[in-house]
Amino acid sequence: MQTPAPFTYQRAASVEAVIAALAEHDGEARIIAGGHSLLPMMKLRLAQPAHLIDINDLRDLEYIRESAGEIRVGALTRHVDLLRSDVLAKHLPIFADAEMVIADPVVRNRGTIGGSLCQADAAEDLSAVCSAIKASVIIRGADGERVVGMDDFHVGPYVTAVGDGEMLTEIRIPLRSGGGSAHEKVERRAGDWAIAAASAAVWIAGGTIADVGLALSAVGPTTVHVTRAEELLRGQTPSDDLFVQAGQIASEDCSPSSDGRGPVDYKRHLAGVLTTRALRRAAARALQQEA
Amino acid sequence: MAVTESPNLPSPGQERPIGFGRLKRKEDARFIRGQGTYLDDIRLPGMLHGAVLRSPYAHAKINSIDTSEALALPGVAAVITAKDLETLGLAWMPTISYDTQAVLAGDKVRFQGQEVAFVIATNEYIARDALPLIDVDYEPLAAVVDARKAMDPDAPLIRDDKEGQTDNLASATWEAGDEDATDRVFAEADVIATRDIIYPRCHPAPLETCGMIADFNPTSGQLDIYNGNQAPNVHRTVYAHVAGLAEHMIRIRCNDIGGGFGNKVPVYPGYVCAIAGSIVAGVPVKWIEDRSENLMSTGFARDYVMRAQMCAKDGKITGLRVDVIADHGAFDSTAQPTKFPAGFFHICCGSYDLQASHVKVKAVYTNKAPGGVAYRCSFRITEAVYLVERMVNALALEMGVDQVELRNRSFIKSHQFPYETTTGWTYDSGNYAETMKVAMDIAGYDDLRREQAEKRARGELMGIGVSFFTEGVGAGPRKHMDILGMSMNDGADLRVHPSGRAVVSISAQTQGQGHETTFAQIVAEELGIPPEDIQVRHGDTDRTPYGLGTYGSRSTPVSGAAVAVVSRKVRDKARLIAAQMLETRPEDLAWEKGRWYVKGDPEKGALIEEIAARAYSGQSLPEGMEGGLDAQVIYDPPNLTYPYGAYIAVVDIDPDTAQVTVRRFIAVDDCGVRINPMIVDGQIHGGLAEGIGIALMEVITFDDEGNCLNSSFMDYLIPTALECPDFELGQTVTPCPHHPLGAKGVGESPNVGSPPAIVNAVIDALHQTHGVDHVDMPCTPARVWAAMQGRPEPPQ
Amino acid sequence: MQATVNINGQDVVRDVEPRTLLVHFIRDTPGLTGTHWGCDTSNCGACVVLMDGQPVKSCTTLAVMCEGHEIRTVESLEVDGRLDPIQMGFHEMHALHCGFCTPGMLMTTRALLNENPDPSEAEIRTAISGAICRCTGYKNIVGAVRWAAEHEATHSQAQEV
Repeated sequence: MQTPAPFTYQRAASVEAVIAALAEHDGEARIIAGGHSLLPMMKLRLAQPAHLIDINDLRDLEYIRESAGEIRVGALTRHVDLLRSDVLAKHLPIFADAEMVIADPVVRNRGTIGGSLCQADAAEDLSAVCSAIKASVIIRGADGERVVGMDDFHVGPYVTAVGDGEMLTEIRIPLRSGGGSAHEKVERRAGDWAIAAASAAVWIAGGTIADVGLALSAVGPTTVHVTRAEELLRGQTPSDDLFVQAGQIASEDCSPSSDGRGPVDYKRHLAGVLTTRALRRAAARALQQEA
Repeated sequence: MAVTESPNLPSPGQERPIGFGRLKRKEDARFIRGQGTYLDDIRLPGMLHGAVLRSPYAHAKINSIDTSEALALPGVAAVITAKDLETLGLAWMPTISYDTQAVLAGDKVRFQGQEVAFVIATNEYIARDALPLIDVDYEPLAAVVDARKAMDPDAPLIRDDKEGQTDNLASATWEAGDEDATDRVFAEADVIATRDIIYPRCHPAPLETCGMIADFNPTSGQLDIYNGNQAPNVHRTVYAHVAGLAEHMIRIRCNDIGGGFGNKVPVYPGYVCAIAGSIVAGVPVKWIEDRSENLMSTGFARDYVMRAQMCAKDGKITGLRVDVIADHGAFDSTAQPTKFPAGFFHICCGSYDLQASHVKVKAVYTNKAPGGVAYRCSFRITEAVYLVERMVNALALEMGVDQVELRNRSFIKSHQFPYETTTGWTYDSGNYAETMKVAMDIAGYDDLRREQAEKRARGELMGIGVSFFTEGVGAGPRKHMDILGMSMNDGADLRVHPSGRAVVSISAQTQGQGHETTFAQIVAEELGIPPEDIQVRHGDTDRTPYGLGTYGSRSTPVSGAAVAVVSRKVRDKARLIAAQMLETRPEDLAWEKGRWYVKGDPEKGALIEEIAARAYSGQSLPEGMEGGLDAQVIYDPPNLTYPYGAYIAVVDIDPDTAQVTVRRFIAVDDCGVRINPMIVDGQIHGGLAEGIGIALMEVITFDDEGNCLNSSFMDYLIPTALECPDFELGQTVTPCPHHPLGAKGVGESPNVGSPPAIVNAVIDALHQTHGVDHVDMPCTPARVWAAMQGRPEPPQ
Repeated sequence: MQATVNINGQDVVRDVEPRTLLVHFIRDTPGLTGTHWGCDTSNCGACVVLMDGQPVKSCTTLAVMCEGHEIRTVESLEVDGRLDPIQMGFHEMHALHCGFCTPGMLMTTRALLNENPDPSEAEIRTAISGAICRCTGYKNIVGAVRWAAEHEATHSQAQEV
């Protein structure tokens, strides 16, 4: 088996300790949580951090809480817990949709939402989910905390707004009435990265779409936020024709590259099909809720 | 005899059959406890670890190699390059195809992943740390990646190491059948179907990768090797030849092997490096490849580019012609019998009563890993059956005839066996129509067609694909076949101890096929000794007879026959001893399992354990007879055996995303007599899963520069439990007339028969609605979608 | 650095590099070579062990990360000569050929049954979708888990395997 290059290691007892250690190692340290994005890259020697900061003891960062019109998810929350959460199932079924198709059940026992978001692979599902549900992330550094929206969070392939001396601690999701959400993904085989995936969230009030979030995985250098389709949908009465039109826009506005998973035209086609499907299901869920 | 479903449960009172039947496996005891001994489990005192530096380029000159920095890393004992091997005469080694292969690259690298240097260090982590410290000065050259372009006049010459080699031809065109007769048949045909069909490169990828521990003792000259390989005796002969060591001083032990599937047949450069390392370092050296090395450098499978035509007259298939370009990679290391450079591909005449056929195969070199014959292929029969079964469906489409109807009309009829095919095979026995019918009944074929029509009316896509294969296994008769000049005969030694318990030593080499159970069952069937009292000895060249090992489904046809014959020899000797014990003549005795008894007086008999005790005792034995109760046999099969089967795949295709799901898979196999139906069924399940992988997702591809794009399990996708349906098995039993047990062998049949059934189903789903009449594997969503748009994309 | 990893109820203390993977730490412990490895990219599941009762891929975990946790390997299934029902199920239903994926499959399915004593075929297939078997085609593994589920309650005597 391939093995990582040597590094030094510490276990952090607090977020402050993490921030301090990051500063001390001046860009040469990486945080390790579940490790299922980082360690494979280290074994292939594509990543060779000099120092690892293990945050798995920060159990205070594992939570899914509903309060004051918001859901707050700690960055260390494991995929398996997101999948099984009753709170999320009730308000944001998009999480269960996505988690069922993220990696495999064994990897989901260790991988975390913070780790997935920070790895920032364009094909990563939770990044699109968080964009669609209008989440923000809390980033903590030596100077305190800042709140960052998903558009600003996704900077580029494998690059996020989290700076060298900073750490992602929480994901915050606003809760509004009349919401429904869904995630649709196509992959070559169970557990594979997406060929394309679409996350959709709609909020329906008085029979029309009050707000909508639409984001795509794996069809751009980073998560694609399909703002033009959102503009089309806002204020409209939900209908299949409308969702098909939104899908058409999604397929035009993404920028997939050709690779082993598929050529450009197929990925564009999928982006459209999956957008339509995700919107259909999100709307159906929203309408059930409303009733 | 037809049975619709083989339940995988014991019948009451049949828990522990003495002989054939559903016997639970003896080898399970250690595996379920995690006590198997696989290669990486073995630690020897003083052992060092090896790691291979591999070329990043597909084709490049090597100007220099500087190992000094690597040597300076604490914990590194040695770094071996081609120069060092040259002094030992080991820089190049012979291959099974009479080519040569570089053990470590000296002048050039010829495929990405080729071995360039070998580090030996205290542990595996340090050995791998040393690899990037080796400085190789490469000068990249243009690479040839497409087999169809390998023979272009401006293609770069890959094998400039070979005297007189001026192009990339690896093996000149080999032909079978009759070209003139075939031309005449085609001229008279009513319908002709033409297809360009590719069987893409895939990989056996057993879960345990390849490796070796080599332990050379310079004082005694003994070389002890631990190595999971499928043909330990052949390997020993090769090493004796290559390393100039005395063959009887080489001992190869295979212990437990985590899957082979043909991947563990070849001798790999890493093995020779480990041996050289042990000779140089004077201690045991362990080398185990990682998964990327396994996928990038070890024996791949298939990679056949085929152009075929099939014709029909008066509603029946009459002729077939095929022209193949075989991609052998940078060195020709395919494994097949000597006179068969295309293996048994010319069994592509299939299960049909053709009037004529003609087959041409030529092999080329490309800048890719060497190999081609692997992955349960029965020596290229996977390619042959894929070709013929795809063509039958293509022809059926042209004729507007149902795929089953055309087969039933064209099958070889049971009264025609033994049947000599137009390419020189003599099929032993068969009742194809019956097997086809059993499959149709299990599948509910007519109901499926109705369901398909209903779905189509609603815009849903569903396909039903059939494949009917006949393959030839159990190589082979010494008059026809040898590998590297060694006859393909296998031995069996049977020793019955004074207590009546027995040890049978065989040259077959299990990698999961259950030999410790099934071979004990053969002896049990013949002698009536309970299988738990029979030890099967294998995997140690010091303690087993010579034989060519396990691949090509040959264990049951060859070693199984050997064990039956040797058991009968023992039984015959036992008869003579029993006659003396019972004070009668041998001809007055009859046999029932476990005892000889007097025909006129059945109460009077001698149990096999009583006879064994007598054979070793001081009491008298028949005049001139030696004591003991053992025998030895080397079995020369008179022919191959020809298992066959009818497979039906039912697929659903998402009309928008083009994802293919195998909803059902019905497999009815006829492998003659079944020694252990549970194990037979298990082999079939496993091969069907591999067939799903090959048909839908497994492929090794390269970019134009020869970079391998599928060198990890992230991109070489193997089916999980979610992609495999609950397989539905049936059986017919048509015994092999020339095999002592009537058995034929089955290990590769499911891999042979399933990919065409699945691809035929995909085309069946898309033909009426989208006009698709061809698609190449793997049928990934992207490729199926392209076919639905009217442009089937061939793999690279 | 010194790592203390509790494996099968016993503390194993060894001086290791931080980069030592849990799978290697386990396999370097005498008598514990039952946990295997088969890939480089956390796909194959041959290395699955239980950490605090949950299946994890030991090739994608550092030994030093496991201090303070309980690791259980395949060697822990048999207790005082009694095989676990899941081990019996694999034997009864012929759910293994070469045996290389078997420890990982056993630990994954043992954990499944601990959480879900009566899993459906679909639930079983999903639970083992993180582990690859090249030999069995999975059908008999599903059957083995169902056998174990059905026999868990009645399973008590020492077995002869």
